Amino acid sequence: MDWAIANRELIFSLALTHVSLCVLPIVASFVLSIPIGWLANRRPWARTLIISAGSLLYTIPSLPLFVMLPYLLGTRITDATNILVALTIYAIAMMVRSASDALAAVPADAINAATAVGYSRWGRFWRVEFPLAGPVLLAGARVVSVSTIALASVGAIIGSANLGYLFTNGKQRDFLDEILIGIVATLVIALVFDLVLVLLGRILMPWNRATRVRRTRTAVA
Amino acid sequence: MQFFLDALLWLFDPANYVPGTQSPLPIQDRIGEHLLYTALSVAAAALIALPLGFFIGHTGRGRQFVIAFTGGMRAVPTLGLLMALFLIVGSTVPFTQAAFVASIVAFVILAIPSILAGAYAGIESVSPAAVDAARAIGMTELQILFRVEIPLSLPLIIGGIRASVLQVIATAVVASYISLGGIGAIISSGIGLNDNNRILGGAILVTVLALVIDGLFALLQRLTRTRGLDRADIDLRAQPVGLVTVTGSPVDEGKSNVHS
Repeated sequence: MDWAIANRELIFSLALTHVSLCVLPIVASFVLSIPIGWLANRRPWARTLIISAGSLLYTIPSLPLFVMLPYLLGTRITDATNILVALTIYAIAMMVRSASDALAAVPADAINAATAVGYSRWGRFWRVEFPLAGPVLLAGARVVSVSTIALASVGAIIGSANLGYLFTNGKQRDFLDEILIGIVATLVIALVFDLVLVLLGRILMPWNRATRVRRTRTAVA
Repeated sequence: MQFFLDALLWLFDPANYVPGTQSPLPIQDRIGEHLLYTALSVAAAALIALPLGFFIGHTGRGRQFVIAFTGGMRAVPTLGLLMALFLIVGSTVPFTQAAFVASIVAFVILAIPSILAGAYAGIESVSPAAVDAARAIGMTELQILFRVEIPLSLPLIIGGIRASVLQVIATAVVASYISLGGIGAIISSGIGLNDNNRILGGAILVTVLALVIDGLFALLQRLTRTRGLDRADIDLRAQPVGLVTVTGSPVDEGKSNVHS
């Protein structure tokens, strides 16, 4: 604990780097997966293709992807871009599935009703389908957020100065406290991100609070 | 692209497969180690997680625990877990074995959530009508579990194991940082020597290994699907991303990959 207080500036700056590495992948995956998820629900073959591509990308182990990207992007191996791109790839791979599931689960009745009252395709998507898909999209984004924050620390092996540095440095110095502080700091960031997402969900989907009942399996199936 | 061609040539160079060559070589030994670590830790994790998952899935008791546990474990940074265990184990076990013991313990911990979630979600996904019918014709609870629920949910149970295997393959690469063997050793020696062929060759090798094993598991899931079960929509590629929907959050609870 003394160590954490004495090194609070270091921990803070590592945490800041960590956060800056994670925000873009989380946001980008959410934004990009919505059109991709929409596309996946247009045609069955598109869905198969997109879902398979997503899980294939997700299957690539993280460290190998981190070290392969410099050769593909022409960056230096220590460049933060590699980690950003890798995290974004994983985040999209995870989120595309949630997005297509979320959009597919929108009740057909609601869509038909919206068409009947005169919504254009575009208007119907943003004002009916997207809000109704909201809770599942949010659940997906929360998983993406937690996984991305946990994964980013692996980047420390190739020299990224994020919270993972506390792990590699702690190992080299044979200093367990430093590693444990790193784990706790990572968990705290994950928790804060999760709370922010939940809060955003509450604000953007106020109707969801009223019907926040525990769904049982039979209710869905 | 030239780097990739060189790395492929390096991977196919017979000189790198000669037994008795210096440390990260020969390549086949590192592949063997990688598979050994994976098999060992996933087997140990399955011994713990499968019975627990079956129990929770069958009785419905403790599902909150599975959801919280699998969700929480997702937040744990693998690198931190590995390093912490390395130092903890290193203080009691001789240095030469510390990396191995710490890594296996970390892999087991990381493999448990997916297997647990797969087993639980699998058993839960079995139609209550089938379970009631089994009970009505006089099966005991254990018979219901082993002769109805497990056979019907085998693809999902294997899906959980599939996710955990991939998780361990990926983490075993990271464990080369605490000088564990395996394919990661090829990559780290490449980083140390600034040898592009080793870095890329190792990375390509693990990626291909992961994809091949993933494919084999997909096949196994297909083969274990009960023919009588009219569920054409079971998505066999649902793991590991699919588990997300099972364990993600209460909002989407019950929306397991079977219904996707």
